[in-house]
Amino acid sequence: VTVPAERSLVAFAEEIGADGPVAVAGGRTKWGWGGLPADGTRLVRAPVGVVAHQPAEMTVRVGAGTTLAELDDALARNGQTTVLDGPPHATVGGVLATAADGIRRLRVGPVRDALLEARYVSAEGRLITAGGPTVKNVTGYDLCRLLVGSLGTLGLLGEVVLRTRPRPAAARWLSGEVDPDELRRLLYRPSCVLWDGTTTWVLLEGHDVDVDAQAAVARGAGLADASGPPELPPHRWSVAPGAVREARPREGRCVAEIGVGALHCDVAAPPREVDERVRTLHERLKAAFDPTGRCNPGRDPLRRGVVTVA
Amino acid sequence: MQSGEPSDETYPVQRAFSRYVRIRRMPFTPRRRARVAHDPLTSALRTALAPDRVHDGALDRRLYARDASVITGGRCGVVCFPQTAAEVQACVRIAREHGRAVVPRGAGTGLAGGAVPCDEPVVVSTTRMTRILSVDERDGVAWVEPGVLNLDLTRALQPYGFHFAPDPSSQQSCTVGGNVANNSGGPHCLAYGVTSAHVVALDVVLGDGTLTRLGGVDPDPVGLDLRGAMVGSEGTMGIVTAIAVRLTPNPPAVRTLLLDFASTADAAATVSGIIAAGIVPAALEMMDAAITRVVEAFVHAGYPTDAAAVLLVEVDGLPGGVALDAERIEAIGRANGARDVRVAADDAERALLWKGRKTAFGAIAQVKPNYYLHDTVIPRTKLVEVLDQVYAIAARHDLLVMNVFHAGDGNLHPLLVYDAREPGVLERVHAAGAEIVAASLAAGGVLSGEHGIGLEKRRFMAQQFSADDLDHQNRLRRAFDPDGRMNPGKVLPTGASCGDVQHLDRVPAGAWV
Repeated sequence: VTVPAERSLVAFAEEIGADGPVAVAGGRTKWGWGGLPADGTRLVRAPVGVVAHQPAEMTVRVGAGTTLAELDDALARNGQTTVLDGPPHATVGGVLATAADGIRRLRVGPVRDALLEARYVSAEGRLITAGGPTVKNVTGYDLCRLLVGSLGTLGLLGEVVLRTRPRPAAARWLSGEVDPDELRRLLYRPSCVLWDGTTTWVLLEGHDVDVDAQAAVARGAGLADASGPPELPPHRWSVAPGAVREARPREGRCVAEIGVGALHCDVAAPPREVDERVRTLHERLKAAFDPTGRCNPGRDPLRRGVVTVA
Repeated sequence: MQSGEPSDETYPVQRAFSRYVRIRRMPFTPRRRARVAHDPLTSALRTALAPDRVHDGALDRRLYARDASVITGGRCGVVCFPQTAAEVQACVRIAREHGRAVVPRGAGTGLAGGAVPCDEPVVVSTTRMTRILSVDERDGVAWVEPGVLNLDLTRALQPYGFHFAPDPSSQQSCTVGGNVANNSGGPHCLAYGVTSAHVVALDVVLGDGTLTRLGGVDPDPVGLDLRGAMVGSEGTMGIVTAIAVRLTPNPPAVRTLLLDFASTADAAATVSGIIAAGIVPAALEMMDAAITRVVEAFVHAGYPTDAAAVLLVEVDGLPGGVALDAERIEAIGRANGARDVRVAADDAERALLWKGRKTAFGAIAQVKPNYYLHDTVIPRTKLVEVLDQVYAIAARHDLLVMNVFHAGDGNLHPLLVYDAREPGVLERVHAAGAEIVAASLAAGGVLSGEHGIGLEKRRFMAQQFSADDLDHQNRLRRAFDPDGRMNPGKVLPTGASCGDVQHLDRVPAGAWV
């Protein structure tokens, strides 16, 4: 870790301090997820900058306040990327805190698997390290998984080590009016299959030769080259992948991620039931990590899918 | 299995597996029944389960005081074999009523002492919970009970064209529940990820006896990722009673290469070169000179016995890309001084090359009767530097060391090979082990890549984490298990002593990596 990066982490911890309600502001691209910060919450900014990209380790150490655009530019220089996806001005910390997956999850997996190490500031204002910098690590409890999607309610992300991936050599979208499940059965690990009830879109990524071969299969099934994915409606639903057809809302547009179970809909997702014991575990975790409730008051991971408009 | 027992043609996994089966099928004798009836804890458990699924005989208690780790000194109270989640709940509640802790246990193949019981707890074995509950291709998951063996699951998924990606070398005998507890890896987790990436939901009995579902089959289960927190918690936060695993499609094409090097530095440079070139092989394993010679004498797979190091590399995917990647790997190897590159011509040759890798630990018995296996991770760009230190440490302590490991993700497995009958050797083994751990951490690595912390490594935890870091890990644990009922004494350093990591009178056979 470089000296300036360590210095900015310490400054971040000092700024957060040990008293008063506090939240980190990122790119505000998901600001209302799970609630808005309560009145009187002090907003701070997380450290910015790519600290170290190690292509041969397939890891990158980056300040949580760094934008996705800056991160991806740095990684692209060595032909790599991460699974983090979102608007260019979204921050690394924001994407992690909201666990917001991109549409390539079918192939690349969820955001939660990308976090290897997190350096975060606790409710007591202490700098804590969770996980470790290596790509493989089972040392102790997996606090990293707990932090992803926690909306900053357990601690505030300052700097993280992320797993990187090779940037695919080729990428191609195709679309057509075909059954999405039948298409998926014909293909080997497509990056994304979208379906709006009529039309199916597929994203193929990888070696040129593989993308060409898979595109030929898709064309044989009735698809044609497409410029990209359809525009996605704003509300995200989460359903079992096998229940996509039944779970689609009757009103408005709905684009389903086939094989994943995310639905992008015009209408908001219905409220979700929370098991009482799961709720109890959440309460105990919150009490353990943030006994005074100063980290992101007003936001609740149990309502992460509910977007509040400011 | 006594150390010093001569090796035979049987593979160690099979030997240990038969041992495990014998434990499970231990006859329930009238004499033991009579002894059991006097103990109120055992009586309550027998009433809740069935008499023949609650064992507290002296032999059982001795057997279940150990796992595949080197740790002795555990003390088992009573062993239960529940068949349903409700029976697991009963075990936990009864243990609680009697003031006993609960230690979950799968096949007992763990190498860090995670299943070694302290202070006569109720050991809850999941080995009678072996049903594959459903395989749902539309959801892309299979629900399984925790006692299903890893390889049995993959075999059951084969007709559907899928497999379970984590493939620890113990996969013939380790359970999926054990994989969840340890967040297990295996050679193929380089491309596919460790167990956490392959488990989407868990049914868990917590220390208070309640049954809860964590995670879900849908992509964004509500709330915090409690599933992710549970995976790898080594049985200290609950007992898993059902697991939803992701179905991984079998690749249409696979190619396996064996690269032969005159120096470990060349082999390590090839590892870095492959990764830096943007290739993520399905597996990338290294074996050094000592282990290659021993393995070749054991399996006759045609491994080069004069190599300083060999790399076993596997690429999979679509045929075109696989062919390209294989060519590029060969070129990178040759550019880094590979003397020979052998590509497996067919499945039989592939299987033979893998057999050498996966049975390496049984082969060691040809050299010395005992070994102590370490598991640390280092940045893969520091392989040469740390391997040189490992050789120097072993030499300084007058020990033989062999290396066979997951080079692609920097996961070292140095084997200190010794004869326990030699006076003073155990002290040297432990001193060398502690130095290897320290060298790995100094290189920017971590304590464990796939074996976990258990009892074995908790004393090293403070070398990797600050007191504040460990305090936060403990907060997570206590949120799930406020009373400290679940597998106490494991993972985090405590003042309490349990199990004697220093006392290595014998090493169980069939310990794998």
